[in-house]
Formats: sequence, C-alpha cells, structure tokens
Amino acid sequence: MIARLLPYPLLALTIFLVWATITNAESAGLLLLGALLAVMLPLITRPFWPEAPRLARPGLALRFLGVFSADIVLANLRVARQVIGPLHRLSPALVEVPLDLRDPFVATLLASVVSLTPGTVAIDVDQQRWTLLVHALDSPDRAALIAEIKTRYEAPLKEIFGC
Amino acid sequence: MNPVSEALVAVLIVVGALFVLLGAIGLARLPDFLTRLHGPTKATTLGVGTILLASAIFFSQTAETGLSLHELAILFFLFITAPISAHLLAKAALHRRPPAGEIHPAAGPELAPESSTQDAKTRGKDTGGADTVGPPAPGRCSGGAGAEL
Repeated sequence: MIARLLPYPLLALTIFLVWATITNAESAGLLLLGALLAVMLPLITRPFWPEAPRLARPGLALRFLGVFSADIVLANLRVARQVIGPLHRLSPALVEVPLDLRDPFVATLLASVVSLTPGTVAIDVDQQRWTLLVHALDSPDRAALIAEIKTRYEAPLKEIFGC
Repeated sequence: MNPVSEALVAVLIVVGALFVLLGAIGLARLPDFLTRLHGPTKATTLGVGTILLASAIFFSQTAETGLSLHELAILFFLFITAPISAHLLAKAALHRRPPAGEIHPAAGPELAPESSTQDAKTRGKDTGGADTVGPPAPGRCSGGAGAEL
C-alpha cells in the first residue's frame, strides 16, 4: 500500500522539503499542501522517472554528507591557496577514473560530488566503458587522485545505494 | 539581533565574499579553459554557501515571520545545478578544442591542446591499462551523454 502510494519516497521527501523551505514552513496548512504535493507529483510523473536505486543505508548517507561538506571547505582552502600562488607550479591533468558502480543515477551523483569538491571537475561519464573523465587543477600524482575519488566518494556511494 | 549573531553574520559574509573574490581571481589568472572552470565552481560552493547562511541567520533573527528557510532552497538548487553547468561547459570545450592561444593569446603553454593529448596517451598507464586509449574524440564524449539525467 505504502509502496503503491509512494513509489519514490526520496523524491517525495525532496519535494516536501523544497516546498517547506520555499514557503518558509509558515503554517500547518502550507505544510499539509506540501505533503499533498509530495504524494501527488511522483504519482502523476511516474512514467517519466527512471528506476532509481533505493537508499539502502540512510545512516551512512548522512555521514557521507558530513565528510563531503568538510571536504568542500578543506579543498576550497587548498584551491584558494593555489589560485593566488605561483601558477607554474600547478600541474593540471585529465584523468580517467575506472568505475566499479554500474548505475546511471549513482554515477551522476558521483560526478556531481567530484565537480562540487573544488580542484576537480567531472567532464564525462562514459557508460560504455564505465569511466569518469575528471579534470584536476593540480594533480602531480594521478594514481593518488584516482584512489582518492574511488575510496572517498565512490565506495561510500556504492554502499549507500546498495549497488 | 544580539551581538553574537551579528558578529557571526558579519564573519560569514566577509568569508563568503572572500571566496567569491578568489573564484574570480582564479577565473582571471588561470591559463586555459579547463583550469579556469575551477574558479567559478569554487565560488558557488563555499562562497555563496556562507553568504546564504549569513542571510538565513540574519532574516531568522530580524523578520517577524520566524525562521527564514528560503536560503536552504537556493543552496539546494545551486548544488544540484552547478555541477551540471560545469560538466556541460567542460564537455563543450572538449568537443571544440581551439588551436593553442586562440581563446587567450597571452596565456602560457600550460595546458595547450598538445599537452592534453599527451595526457590522454599516458592515461592508459595511470588507470591500470584501459583497453582503448586515445585523445578524447568527439564520438567518445557523446557516448556517455545519458549521464545528465
């Protein structure tokens, strides 16, 4: 019953939270309307959504969010130093990261995470060979960069979505 | 508004402005397209993030409506759209590699197209021996086009 009514619980939760923040959660009536939208919208748009993997480990997802936020701050400081420092010491690199995951949605998430952490931008996800093409601002050691992306971001994401 | 949150708002705004400035400096100083892309992506994540946080604190304290949550929605949309625009820009740059110096004649040779193809040649070794290795040709780039949702 619940599965029928809420085919995409995460999508419903996202809609509800976005609604709550946009309306500032001002009154119970508005929140009720948000809940109604959160149930109705996924049902109506159901045919348009690809099958997304379920959130297998929500606790780990929260921890990953923490690690990710800390990484954004730390990496921002590092890149800030690089940008105002001598540029000739930078060694930009295009690196191809072989992926273990095989899910388009999780791969998109990984690419977004890589792009949001400063110093790396995900350029391409190759779904034939399952590699992620990453451009790094300063990466003297490419093997280390690949290992970092794989252990720090890909492994937890794989575990979170159980794929 | 009490002095503590006032100070907090001030610090957050200054820090945010500083990071946006650094992003702009990066955009101006870095030598070529792909490295320049790193500047603006920074500015949005931490710089705009802290400014929005300051805004949320300020209006939560002063407005009579109570908590101000709009900023969280802005941050959310920024975080899900910034990687996509960076991704598309980078992809377009790979498709359409200009000859060295065309975009920015004053730039050094740091990452001219020659060195990029060299990157691609050595890439197979780094990734532990991929089967087909070559410079990112247009056809290969469009192969993964389904990734942006």
